[in-house]
Amino acid sequence: MGDKDSVLGFAALGIETFSVDEPGQAAERLRKMASSDYAIIYITEALAAEISEEIAKYTDRVTPAIILIPGIVGNTGAGMANVKKTVEKAVGSDIIN
Amino acid sequence: MATMNVNPTRMELTNLKRKLATARRGHKLLKDKRDELMRRFLELVRENKALRREVEQALSQANNHMAIARSVIQKEILDVALMLPKQELQLEVGTQNVMSVQIPVFNTRLKTNDENDIYSYGYAFTSSDLDDAVRALSDVFSQMLRLAEVEKSCQLMAAEIEKTRRRVNALEYVMIPQYQETIRYITMKLDENERSTTTRLMKVKDMMLAQAHNYDL
Repeated sequence: MGDKDSVLGFAALGIETFSVDEPGQAAERLRKMASSDYAIIYITEALAAEISEEIAKYTDRVTPAIILIPGIVGNTGAGMANVKKTVEKAVGSDIIN
Repeated sequence: MATMNVNPTRMELTNLKRKLATARRGHKLLKDKRDELMRRFLELVRENKALRREVEQALSQANNHMAIARSVIQKEILDVALMLPKQELQLEVGTQNVMSVQIPVFNTRLKTNDENDIYSYGYAFTSSDLDDAVRALSDVFSQMLRLAEVEKSCQLMAAEIEKTRRRVNALEYVMIPQYQETIRYITMKLDENERSTTTRLMKVKDMMLAQAHNYDL
């Protein structure tokens, strides 16, 4: 899931792709995907930043796993920041770098 | 530490002692669980970070190829080239139980047996940059799958660790001291009762003796 240019290449791998540009639309799409059988949803960091509350809802569920990937606009570091946040939640502070 | 609001009776004391033993046992078990979870979590999260770095790097490279491809190839041709994928990926989700945390395990199956069979277009109208981009994405994809598995597991385990730590702390710093304090309170109260009974008996004995022998007290 992401802007059209970012998701285009993944179609060749046999992954279903959804190109979404608007945050509202993205949240709607995410809800729909989560309630059907999708197990992994890759979403571009740029788009994920817009619908972070929606994504946070699925953190504690086994599926879907929502994974942030850098889109065509470049790496915003949001994915790494998420990992860091997970460590902080578990340990109390980020002890791994 | 506040004592609990209980009657200082022997029955309460036995009950409380039993509860304290259970709390101690639970505390020890939960502590072990927390430590083991933490150990696994740290292993996983290290892998997670390394994987993420690799994936992000590979993806940005793939994106670079894609950007070049897009600038060289006409938009319509590119769309058509990638419109009908040759491959179809099937994902099987299993779960694995790690210290009572359900973590996902993903298995993939491709429609065709040849995993190199990824180019969904003839090579006539597209440039090699598109091939590179698709190739790069395909190469990184197995890592992306592993990343999804690991990252989700990390998130789930982090939640469980937090929960377990709260429970451990509640037992260690609230429940157990409270039980101990209450047990102490009841024991002291009972002892005090016993002492006062003894003195009363002694006093009564003295009085009875005095009456019997007409002592002057």
